[in-house]
Amino acid sequence: MSFQVFLFYLLAGLTGLCAISVVVTQNIVRAAAWLLFTLAGVSGILFFLGANFVGATQLLVYVGGTLVLVVFGVMLTAQGPFITMKTGAAEWAVSTLVGLLLYGVLATAILTRTKTNDFATGPATQQGGELTRSTVLGESLLGIEQATPKANVTGVPAEKRKDLPSKGERSPVGYLLPFEIVSVHLLVVLIGAAYLARTKRRRQAEGGQPAPRVEGS
Amino acid sequence: MPEEIGLNHYLLLGALLFVCGAVCMASKRNAIGVLMGVELVLNGATVNFVAFAHFNPAFVIEGQVFALFVIVMAAAEAAIALAIVLNFYNNHLTVDVDTAEELKG
Repeated sequence: MSFQVFLFYLLAGLTGLCAISVVVTQNIVRAAAWLLFTLAGVSGILFFLGANFVGATQLLVYVGGTLVLVVFGVMLTAQGPFITMKTGAAEWAVSTLVGLLLYGVLATAILTRTKTNDFATGPATQQGGELTRSTVLGESLLGIEQATPKANVTGVPAEKRKDLPSKGERSPVGYLLPFEIVSVHLLVVLIGAAYLARTKRRRQAEGGQPAPRVEGS
Repeated sequence: MPEEIGLNHYLLLGALLFVCGAVCMASKRNAIGVLMGVELVLNGATVNFVAFAHFNPAFVIEGQVFALFVIVMAAAEAAIALAIVLNFYNNHLTVDVDTAEELKG
């Protein structure tokens, strides 16, 4: 067993164990900590796949940004009975059964893929090593680099594909516009989140305090 | 144990993350726990995207670009969902999703 295989199994096993721990633990603070390790493990898997930029983005945005948001949410709401909210035994049984069945279906579908779908037996060695550099990723976002060098599965007919400009000219398949749209979308969403989460003391004082409801556990 | 890591290994890991997230969404009573389940599901999708990008030469760029989109969308979704959860907590003093039943018919 080579070192690469051992490293993959170590990383994947740790990530899977942490993901299962997120589900199993009843303490919401511990679930946040397990989620941190899961996200870090996923970014390690992405590094392992040669996607350096995506792995770094995963670390920055997910572990550094999203998880901090989640931890803030936990800290602001984890009081008294809400830290550990027990799920009923019947619900546990049903959800575990459904989860195992779902994983069985997915694993069967993965392991019995037909050979026609098995488009590649190994990693894209000649393309992958060069193309997964972040420079090339950015160039393909701008449309400078041809985004799909061997795009025979994207639905473009073969006769149309010859019209695509070669390397050096501007290619029509750039992802800059979707990327910009996603960026502006994120900005709008963050403004909306700030608007939603603001305190509304004045309105509550006018309309009276809502009746506090602490039910369950 | 196989000597080479194939596409199936990554797909199985992504499926495990997806199923964990789905079970987490279904079984947690804390609203933030449900949110963590969504994060797990999106991470499983990211692993699948990047694995396909690595093993299929036609999608080397596309898989990574869509993985980036998934990450940004997850950040947006987490921000909005947490704002809603905090608002719900301010109004109802609880984060139990079972008590959010005002729209029940």
